[in-house]
Amino acid sequence: MELKFNFFPAGDNGIILQLGENISKEINGKIRRIVYWINESKDEFKEVIEVVPTYTTILIIYDPLQSSYGQLVRKLQAVGKLGRGQQLPPARIIHVPVVYGGDFGPDLAFVAEHNNLSEAEVIQLHKSEKYLIYMIGFTPGFPYLGGMRKEIATPRLKVPREKISAGAVGIAGNQTGIYPIESPGGWQLIGRTPLDLFNPYREPAVLFQAGDYIKFVEITRDEYIRIEDEVKQGTYHLKMSY
Amino acid sequence: MSNIKIIKAGLLTTLQDKGRFGFQQYGIPVAGAMDQYSLQLANLLVGNEVDNTALEFTLMGPTIQFEDNLTFAITGGEFQPTLNGKSIKMYQTIYAKKGDELAFSTVLNGCRGYLAIEGGFGVERIMGSQSTYLRGGFGGFEGRKLRSGDLIPLGKPTSGRSLGIRRIPKDMIPEYKSERVIRVIMGPEDNRFSKEGIETFLREEYHLSNQLDRMGYRLEGKKIQHLDGADIISGGINFGAIQVPGEGKPIIMMADHQTTGGYTKIANVISVDLPYLAQMKPEDKVTFKAITVEEAQGFFRRQVEGIRDLEKRFKENTEQTSSNEIRGRKKFNIIVNGKSYYVSVEERQ
Repeated sequence: MELKFNFFPAGDNGIILQLGENISKEINGKIRRIVYWINESKDEFKEVIEVVPTYTTILIIYDPLQSSYGQLVRKLQAVGKLGRGQQLPPARIIHVPVVYGGDFGPDLAFVAEHNNLSEAEVIQLHKSEKYLIYMIGFTPGFPYLGGMRKEIATPRLKVPREKISAGAVGIAGNQTGIYPIESPGGWQLIGRTPLDLFNPYREPAVLFQAGDYIKFVEITRDEYIRIEDEVKQGTYHLKMSY
Repeated sequence: MSNIKIIKAGLLTTLQDKGRFGFQQYGIPVAGAMDQYSLQLANLLVGNEVDNTALEFTLMGPTIQFEDNLTFAITGGEFQPTLNGKSIKMYQTIYAKKGDELAFSTVLNGCRGYLAIEGGFGVERIMGSQSTYLRGGFGGFEGRKLRSGDLIPLGKPTSGRSLGIRRIPKDMIPEYKSERVIRVIMGPEDNRFSKEGIETFLREEYHLSNQLDRMGYRLEGKKIQHLDGADIISGGINFGAIQVPGEGKPIIMMADHQTTGGYTKIANVISVDLPYLAQMKPEDKVTFKAITVEEAQGFFRRQVEGIRDLEKRFKENTEQTSSNEIRGRKKFNIIVNGKSYYVSVEERQ
């Protein structure tokens, strides 16, 4: 199947490929295909320095000494015509252990009340879905997730918190997400994961990549302490399914 | 391994190299030197690879004591360097002795200086780079700006031979001005602005506000009009991208820029003009001029070729110097007109 895209210069060493105008699984799938075939054909794309997939576009940073803008665009179009990259490896579903509520999720009660649900129902709805990672950005390792149930959508805090711990799981509008590093923020916090989403001294530094899915798995406090310890020791094995 | 000791840190002094590439897809900024051109020249002068690590300092230079003999060079803004209180030249190779103290005075022109040392720095490479990413708190020296008392480990000088005195030719030394035309390539989202908005952007003068950091420069000036709102679905950002948020004032994304953002990008500064922008100060004025991608890539190619030619010339000279190195001395006693002279002769290769 042919892949069509618009392209725009992003300076003299960047190209933006635009695959669509709205956030959808279909467009994300196309983006994943293009990123996959660029990464798989490194010999053919020697000028490509790095590729940044986002919701509807891909930013390609390249070396203009090896390819001019026109040359790289023609190359990308030719490969798009062939519709390559259709055989993608299956997406990973990464299990993210979470303790819901209590002081780890101080806004769980508010989210429940706002949506006329019990806390248990909010947890059930939150952990029942798998969430597609559309892109990673904003801060190192922050996954932009899609697919949250409308029944638990809750507006952001009116006054943002000055400090949110790394690993906090929250809801903002109809999105859910995880804070990879300690930062200020206005998300409604419903739980926390002991996973270390970003660690510059670890290989890989970031646990997820765009195109993966996340599944939240409810754990107890005892399990949290055990996993947190394993993460610190570097002995924790990320659980995933396909 | 030897160190340099930071006596005074200056305003914002960090270790920076070319930058950290390949991790923007994980939300990790590139960082690296704000002025990549000065970084490369400094490294050339001390015989390093051009993208090696240098000390980048901002508006106020540091005071540094060398704990060993070493070879260094300073490029970038005109910081009036001194070695043990004596004025020294920028843009040339300098040899220092153990205990020497390097200091800087007020910056006359420009904003950032670069100090390269032969052999580079002996700090850990994180995700392929020694660049400091301040917000993330990693890279460089302990992931932070330098403080007085810090001992910064040096790398190992590779050559073990004298480089001679390398000098950057005058025509390759940039001139920093407080008013400048900055060339840009329009896009990627210039189609989200009205015709009037584009005209405003390319005609009006903008001045740099005091909100300038390694992440981005906020500019003040006439409001740039959008067609239909300033927000887009978040997309990737390149170094030099000019975002225009709803209030209509441009923000230029610099070395530590976040990887993605949701504001419309009207244009992107070209690679060879980014170093000039990196050397500008609050209140400095810019006007933007649109050129084509092909023109910009031509300028970039010529700049790289210029640097490569210079590197080649330097290397050839060094080889000549070292082939001229003295192999031995001989002393002769000769008699001229009845008088006896002792003459020492140096033998070269």
